[in-house]
This record gives sequence, C-alpha cells and structure tokens, in this order.
Amino acid sequence: MTLADQPLSSLGQSRRRRSIAPFLFISPWILGFVFFTLGPLLFSLTMSFYDWPVVGQRDFVGLNNYTTMLSQDPQFWESLAITAKFAAIFVPFNIGLAFLLAVLLNAKVIGSGFFRTIFYLPSVISGVALVMIWTWIYASNFGLLNYFLGLVGVQGPNWLGDPNWSIYAIIFASLWGLGGTMLILLAGLQSIPKELYEAARVSGVPAWAQVWHITLPMLSPMLLFTTITSIISAFQQLTIALLLTKGGPLGSTYFFAMYIYDNAFKYHDMGYAAAMSWVMFVIVLVLSAIVMRSSSAFVYYEGEVKAQAGGNDA
Amino acid sequence: MRKTALYGALIFLSALFVAPFVWTLITALKSQSDLVAFPPVMWPETWHWENFAEAWGKQPFNTFLKNSTIVVVLSTIGQLFSSSLVAFGFARFRFWGRDPLFILLLATMMIPWDVKMIPLYMEFNALGWINTLKPLIVPAWFGEAFFIFLLRQYIMTIPMEIDEAARMDGANSWQIYWRIHLPLMAPALVLVGTFHFMNAWNDYLGPLIFLNDQSTYTLPLGLALFKGLHETDVTSIAAVTIILCLPPLVLFFLAQRYIMDSALGSSVKG
Repeated sequence: MTLADQPLSSLGQSRRRRSIAPFLFISPWILGFVFFTLGPLLFSLTMSFYDWPVVGQRDFVGLNNYTTMLSQDPQFWESLAITAKFAAIFVPFNIGLAFLLAVLLNAKVIGSGFFRTIFYLPSVISGVALVMIWTWIYASNFGLLNYFLGLVGVQGPNWLGDPNWSIYAIIFASLWGLGGTMLILLAGLQSIPKELYEAARVSGVPAWAQVWHITLPMLSPMLLFTTITSIISAFQQLTIALLLTKGGPLGSTYFFAMYIYDNAFKYHDMGYAAAMSWVMFVIVLVLSAIVMRSSSAFVYYEGEVKAQAGGNDA
Repeated sequence: MRKTALYGALIFLSALFVAPFVWTLITALKSQSDLVAFPPVMWPETWHWENFAEAWGKQPFNTFLKNSTIVVVLSTIGQLFSSSLVAFGFARFRFWGRDPLFILLLATMMIPWDVKMIPLYMEFNALGWINTLKPLIVPAWFGEAFFIFLLRQYIMTIPMEIDEAARMDGANSWQIYWRIHLPLMAPALVLVGTFHFMNAWNDYLGPLIFLNDQSTYTLPLGLALFKGLHETDVTSIAAVTIILCLPPLVLFFLAQRYIMDSALGSSVKG
C-alpha cells in the first residue's frame, strides 16, 4: 500500500484544525531533525572548510583540508585501505553466514526457536562487553582459541599482537554479532510461499535449482537491505578498534573512523576531522547507490513491496 | 540421516555462539592461580562468587550504574512518547509535504554517526551540556527514524473505523492518539522500548565523547576505564562484563516474542 492510498478520516473536524494538527504531531521529529541532524550536518560541512581548533583562532582555508587529505596524508589512504579491506571481507561473510544460519533455522526442526535465540544473543550486548569477551579468547597465553587450535595441532597466531592477524581478529569478533542480519533474512525466508517449492518439487526441479530460482530471487530485497546496512556499519567500525587493538599493532587496525576520531578528539583538529567525516559520508552514499543500481537487475519485488522500496530509493 | 546432520550443525554452531559467554562467566569465577594456569582451567574446583562483589568495589561502579539507569529510563520514556506521536502524525493525517518528509526521515537512517559526532560535540559544548547526561537523554525526546518507521507501519494496520467512531463521539486527534492508539500500539511499543533500552544501555561512543568527568560515566564507559587501569585484573573485568550483559539479555528473553515474531518481519517487508 502506498502512502497516498491510505484511507484517511474526513469526519468531524474542521479544515483549519486539520491543517495544523498533523504538524503538531510530527513537530518533535521536525525539531530533532533541524537541531540534531540537518544543523550538525551543515555545521560540519562548514567546519570542513576551516582550520578549526577546539579553542583559538579559526581560519577559512577553502578546500585545503580536502587537498591535504588526498595529496599529503599517507595515513588517510592507509586507514581508508584498512577500512575497505575490512568491509570487503566482513560484508560478504556477514551476509553469507547469516544466510546459512537462516536456512538451517528455516528447515523444520524441533527447537528452532531455541537455536534462533542462541544465535541472536551476541547481538544484544554492548560492544564494550564484546571486546572484553574476545580479549580473553584471543589472548596468546591463556586464550581459549589458541588452546583449542593447539588441541587439533595448529599453532595459533598471536591474534591481537601480529599485524597480519589483527584485522581478522576484529572480523571474527564482528561476525559474532550477525544475529540481526540473520533475523531479517529468516523473516524473508519465512515469507516465501511454500507452494512455490511444492510446485518445483512436483516438476522435478533439483534442490540447488530451487535455491537459485526461488529462494534467492524471493529473498533479494532483504539481501539488498542487509548488504547496505552491513556496508554502513563496516565503515563506522570504531568501538572494537578503539578498545580491542587500539588501532595496532603497527597501525594494522587503524580504521578510517578511528583516524577521524583521533583527529577530532585527540589532536583537536576539528576542521580536518569534519572534512574526513564528509569523505566517509560520500563514500558510504556512493557505495549504497552502486549496490542499489546494480541490484535493479536481479532484485525481485512483489507488487506491494515494490511501491514501498521504490519510494525509498528517491 | 539428513535430519541428524542438520541437528549436528545447529548444535555445533550454537556451542560456538554460546562458548564466549560461558568462558567469560567461568573466567569471572576463577581464582588467580586458575586464571594463569596452562592449559586453561575449564572447570574450576572452587567457584569464587565473591569475585563479583570485589570487582564491583574496585571502581565507583554504583555511580556508573546510577548514571546508566538515569539515561536509560529518561531516554526510553522520551523515545516511546515522541516516536509514537510522530508515527501517529505520519500514519493518520494527509498533509502538504507528508510523503517527501517521510522519505527524508527514512534517508536520515543512512547518515553515519561519524559525520554527526563532531558537530554534535560542538553543539552540546556550546550549550554547556558536556559532562552532563543531557546529550544522551534529550535527543531521544525528538524521535528516531527507525522507531517512527516501525510504529507507523503498526498504526497503519489498525482499522480506520476505530478513529472514525471515536471522532463521532467527539474525541479530538490528541485523545484518539493518547486514549486509543497508544494502548493499541502496546506490542510495537514493547519492541521499540526494548531496542532503545539496548541501544542506550550499550552505548559507548556517545558517552565516550560527551562525558569526561568520571562522576558522569555510564557503565560501559566505566568498564572500559577499568580495563585501561587494571588490564591484568581479568577476573574482575570478566565479572563486570557479565553484569553489563545481564540487563539486555534478561530484557531480550522477556520481550523475545515481540522481537522475533511480530515486528521484524513487517519492518523489512514494509
């Protein structure tokens, strides 16, 4: 149902009151949008054209922050590359593993509710708690992970101390929280009409072809949605990097978001940090747009869903 | 045969997902000698429950807990009220600019936190709100896009005839919202309240930026501080970690039915 199709009451209220009442109802969001979203966005865009220390003289420097970043700051490119690497590995695994779990849960098993709860548990706890928990799993001396690897004859790496492994440590820990993605995909799987599979079975379509021709197309809107939210969250990765590895060792997990944070709140270079945050914003928007564009070829919408999602694209 | 493999896979994967929690709990209950032993002690001979009380006394955790509680309670009330109010406005009125505004609202969900954190810091600094709990509470009184979206979807499933009947009886829009829709929305409000509670209770980056004075710290920030000061005091850190995890876990079990069944399906399908 599109927004315009929604039947509205036209009884018992004068035209004049009708015209102001809706705005009173949505006024909290309008005010919040102005003061906590639009205002800050415009403010940070302005700041990005200034040399803006927390205290002291502010100087308009034009595009200087942007040109410095692109041409004279190797750390900018380094951090961007680390974040891109993280996203390139995390996003497919997050979606793939969440899909796998959702498929397992969607099979007719006793206690699927119980398993679903278990897989979702890590998603409800604080990032701080998650970091504490993984610190001990990864610890090289008394850590659980390397102990188990040792039992099967594998010499585990120093997860948090070896620059070659630290980013994978963060990826594994992040994948522990795939429950939200899994729930969305599971809800999608459960909404696929059973008749489609029955018809396919009757016509002798093999199981893998059913996945390819029924499950994936029917699930494609949810796959698109979770891909975009995964990309956004991958680029914002900050809590785990700040607390688990502190960007190290040797800067191997010095994520883009952490570099922005340090510039703003450690080096107090607010203008430069604001400029970098806008670069991140643009990257996220462009990536999301690319995903959406390229998806139009294979994302399948049913009538009702199409109206809604088509509106969201605009 | 196929069923056995399926159950085997599910049980194995569940064990992987639960193991970190169990390991943390066991770590919290170990003695110092068990802690450093190798191979790791999987099942301590004596369980040191007193570790919890000891850990709690090592930092002003009571203060951190009090701050967290204030933030969570006041912001949850604000979130439930403001988001439902705005959702009602979008769902039940036709007005100039409604559809573009709603698309704008959905679009705000795409904005990364990193873009807003710097100007918000400056804004709250100018207002004198740094080192107070206000930056963590006040914005929640102005609604949040995702929650408004969820509640609007829910309101749209409530028959219009109910509103019309109430209007015939002389109710105005506020009364229809407050007396009729708010009670009817209860299941969706449970969901929104649970999600918001978890966000507010678990939040680290907001408190990290807006709070400098230890007396204003919330529990996650206090735990991070504790870890920074006493990196080697693993049993105590584990004990506080367990305490930090408990409220969202308990709330999740209580509200599970609403999270799993009612809203997540509809939230995605629109």
